[in-house]
Parts: sequence; C-alpha cells; structure tokens
Amino acid sequence: MKWSLIIEIARALMFARVKQTLVAAIGVTFSITMFVALLGFMNGLNTLLDGLVLNRTPHIRFYNQIKPNPNQPIDLSPEFGSGINVIRSIKPSNSRLSIYNSEPILNTLNKDPRVKGVSAKIASQVFYNVGSIDLTGIVNGIDPEMETELFAFQDYVTVGNPADLLQNNSIILGKGAADRMLADIGDVIQVTTAKGNKAQLKVVGYYQSGLADFDNANSFASINTVQKMMGEPSSYLTDIQVKLFDFNQAPAFADEYRDIFAIEADDIQTVNAQFETGSSIRTLISYAVGITLLVVSGFGIYNILNMMIYEKLDTIAILKAIGFNSSDVKRIFITIAVSIGVFGGGIGLLFGYLACLGIEQIPFETEALPTVKTFPVDFSVKYYMIGGIFSLVTTYLAGFFPARKASSVDPVDIIRGK
Amino acid sequence: MTKTNQSVLEAKNIDKFFYNPIETQVLRNVSFRINRGEFVSVVGKSGCGKSTLLYILSTMDTDYKGELLIDEQITTGKASSYLSRLRNEKIGFVFQFHYLLNEFSVLENVLIPGLKLGKFSREELEHRAMEKLKIFDMQDHALKKANQLSGGQKQRVAIARALINDPLLIMGDEPTGNLDKKNADIVFNIFKELTTEFNQTILIVTHDPEFAAGTDRIIEMEDGRVISGQ
Repeated sequence: MKWSLIIEIARALMFARVKQTLVAAIGVTFSITMFVALLGFMNGLNTLLDGLVLNRTPHIRFYNQIKPNPNQPIDLSPEFGSGINVIRSIKPSNSRLSIYNSEPILNTLNKDPRVKGVSAKIASQVFYNVGSIDLTGIVNGIDPEMETELFAFQDYVTVGNPADLLQNNSIILGKGAADRMLADIGDVIQVTTAKGNKAQLKVVGYYQSGLADFDNANSFASINTVQKMMGEPSSYLTDIQVKLFDFNQAPAFADEYRDIFAIEADDIQTVNAQFETGSSIRTLISYAVGITLLVVSGFGIYNILNMMIYEKLDTIAILKAIGFNSSDVKRIFITIAVSIGVFGGGIGLLFGYLACLGIEQIPFETEALPTVKTFPVDFSVKYYMIGGIFSLVTTYLAGFFPARKASSVDPVDIIRGK
Repeated sequence: MTKTNQSVLEAKNIDKFFYNPIETQVLRNVSFRINRGEFVSVVGKSGCGKSTLLYILSTMDTDYKGELLIDEQITTGKASSYLSRLRNEKIGFVFQFHYLLNEFSVLENVLIPGLKLGKFSREELEHRAMEKLKIFDMQDHALKKANQLSGGQKQRVAIARALINDPLLIMGDEPTGNLDKKNADIVFNIFKELTTEFNQTILIVTHDPEFAAGTDRIIEMEDGRVISGQ
C-alpha cells in the first residue's frame, strides 16, 4: 500500500481545516499533560508516604515472642492424649526477650545470597528522668552504619550525625522526647532501665521520623551503650532486621528461617499490608482520572472527525470514483486521527514533564516530613509511556468509527445528489 | 495494431430497480457494446435512466441485474477493491460539477490517480501530468489551488486527471452541462481530438443535442430502454 499518498492526502485534509485540527490536538495535549502531571505528582506523594514507613521497616524482623509454651505437660501424658484438654491460667514460660544464639543466626543470615544486609537491634524500655518526673520511652540500640545503609537512618536525624553514636554513652533523642525534656545538643540526660539500672547519656542529635508518637518515645544509641546500660553481655540482642534484595521474597524467607531458628519472623507484607492497599488505591484513582481525561478528549476528536467527514463527502466520493477503495479511505481518516494523537500527545508529554518540573519547585514544608522541602514528583518513564500509548489508542478508536463511516460513503449517492 | 472491433465495454441485459419510496424499474434490459476508439454519447430525456446507466457502467453502482464486461472481462459481482483498482487503472471520469479536490493544487489533482496506481515514480508522473495539462493549455495554472480556477478551467483539469493513467475508457456525466457555449466547445474539441489522435474510447452522457451530434455514435434512451444506437 502506498502510505506516502495516504499520508499526503490526510495532511492536505488536515491543513484545509487547521483550526479544527488544532482544537482536537489541543484537547489531546491538555489531557496528556494532566495525565502525566497527575500521575507524577500522585506517585511522588505515594512513594514519599510509603517510604515514611517502608524505608524504615525491615523486610523481615526476627525476635523472641513472650508467649505460653505450646507444649504443655498434659499433652505429653498418654492418659489424656485422646481428649481435648482445657487448661486455665497458663503463664508465659519464657521471660527472655533476647534472641538465643544471636551470633550464629547473624552469620547464617549474612551468608544467604538473597540478603542485602542484616542489622541487629536492642529495644529497651526505659524511663527518661527529668527532674522528679519519669517519662516512659524506648532506647533502641542500633548499629548506626548498618542502620544508615539499610534504613536511611541519616535522613531522619535532623540534627547531628549517626556516626556520633559510636562514641560511648551518646544518644540521639527523638524530637518529641527532646522537646519534653528540654534537652539540647551536648546536654547529659539520665535514663533508668526497667530493671532499675541508671545511665547518663550525652545528647548528640535529634531524630524526627514524622510520626509524632514514635518520636515522643524513641531514642537511639549504639548497641554497646544499650547493652552496658542494661547490664547485659555483648551477645544480647532483641531484634534482627533483614533487608532483602527482592522484597517480594520476604514472606517465603520468613517462613523458611522461622522454623530453622525457632523464633518469630515477621515479613513486611504481613505487617504493612494496609500501606500496600492505600498506595494501590491512590494509584488506581489517579489512573481513573487520567484515563477519563483521555476518553473525553477522544470524544472531541470523534466529533471533529465526524464533522470533517460531512464536510468532505465530495472529496471522499471523488477519491472513491478515481479508484481509492474503502480501506484506503478508512486509512486516510485513521491517519488523521492518529497524527492528531501523536502530535497532541507528544506535546502533551513535553508539557506534562514541564508541569512536573513546576510542581517539583513548589515549596512543601511540614513538621511531619523533615527531609521534604518541595512537593515530591515521580519522573518515572512508565507514566510517559502509558500516556503516549493511551493517547494513540484513544485517538485510534476515536478515528476508527468516523473512518468506517467515511469508508462506507457511496460515491454514487454524493455525485448524483448534486 | 489495435483491432477496431475490440470490445472495451459490454452491457448485457442490465436491469435496475429503485426501491425507495416504491419499487420502480429504471433500466430495462439494456444491452450494447462499445469498441475501441469509439466516441459514444448517450442521450435521452431527463429521468430516462441515462445517468443511472453510467454509474452502473462505471462499476460504482453494483446493485443491478445483468452482466457488465470491461476490457472483455466480467466485472459483475467482483469485490469492491477489485473494482476500485479497475476504475483507477482503466476508467477516467469527468463529472458535471468538475469534482476536483479543493485541498490540492491543480498538478496534485492530476497526479493523485497516478500515485494511487503506482506504476510510475513521482517525478515521472509529474512530468506526465504537466504534459496532460499542456494539451489543455493549463500548464501555467499547475500550482494554483483547484478552487482558484474558473468552471471551464476546472473541467479541463478534470479531463487531464481522467487521462493520467492512460485509461481504456473515459466516461463523462454531462461534462459540458455546467459550462457556457465557449467552454463547452473547448471541452468537446478536446474529446474529439482525443478520439481522432489518440484512438481514445469515450462514453459521454449528455442532453445537449449539439454535443451528441458531433460524436461517432448516439445511443438514445427512453423510459429505461435503449431505443436506438445499440
């Protein structure tokens, strides 16, 4: 088929009605611009909000749960083996929060090829002593280097440096806790552990996650400092946090090691299911709005092409009389529609990108998000591809029906009708 | 070289009905043949079915009974894409209302059927189109838009367009019907010249008796029947 001729005719028809063609193209441009800007902005926010929680959350967390022993003595007795045994008032048998054999577990995890990194942690219930008042809180004993590498710890340390924790007896206070204690950098605060040990710690930084409740209670110190503070040996760890290369493997990974280590293992999918749901629904809404825009502009193209066909009945009749068949005529009108889509869509993608750059410049400062200064925008190529492909699909469909109508024009009716 | 009795177009027992608003028979048992090099006119009163006949002969109207042969090959019942190609290659059209494509220049109007056929390169076709325009003394207007021409000029361009693919047959539906005497004479002389000098076969529907009188053969129609000249 001679596409050059089809394109030439389509071009001539479009240029004969420049204004109409432009209106149709601007419709597509507008909707693609909005589509790209909306999705970029929405997903930027999504990533930010998810990141608030997911960045800081290990893919798998190993810990010891305090719970009643599932193997009660009565079950071992053959005498009562056949019935259902009801025992009242069972107490947890295991009072140790620390993980048994933490050293071999860490070694095993570090050797697993799926693991990106392992970071051990101690969560210790404390009282912050402020004068005569005790505030409850948690001091987390962490490895600042691993924590920074795996969980973007430094992003949330608004004042000070995570590396300062490597000095003995230093602490990074949660912003909320620091405010309540009126503790400045360099001050020494006193904490009391649940077992009554007292420790003096020097404030070297503030931590602000954006979740106020969390910041009111949580502070960070090095693992050594916390072990010393609690009077526990250097093998004492309460949590082992694992980050995987592929976060989708987390549930399988957790199942596998739960049995091997005989400890609790929580994976991120189970713990944070609601975040997944939230972000997928937000994404769904932005796609729905974007696609609605495109469909509306598709109807615009449909109308304009229909009008063009009524105006160009003579032209269609003469093309058919001189030997163009129905499919040629159809191709001409589909070419018109698709070139409106390509042209309008292309400019729309460009404008969408510019709009995203603009949104990215708008200041957006909030207490809750210390690392964010302007609106977040996702510049993923994916949205440009979807926008581009969708503009082609809608314009093709919008052109298809008018083109079919044009192709079924009977030249005899038109020529005789004069 | 060319046999003078070689059939270009042959109609066999063509019947045509209109169903709207009521069933009416417009063509009754129309049969005739046209040989190569003939200049034939179809005449008759308004409403006798001569235009209807022309559209059937042109293959654009396929809703009829009977048989139609073009270049000794049957066209009745063929697919519309086959018929489109046949029109493109073998039939040149000239209509009463000149029907140029106003979006294109004069030269492009003449070129388009040639580009569609795709037998020659664009450069060659442009050269041929200019040759055709020269026959009608229209070469100076080649780059004007079609709607900048007068009626007579448009009709000359339309004939040039009909000739671009060297068709077997030129068909015209009242090609002079919309022109003044002077332009009508020019157009008639062009047709006459084409038959005598290029052995071109031409079939013209007209109700201008003077035009018909100048042709080689007159087919006269009345009430859907051919009454003389078949």
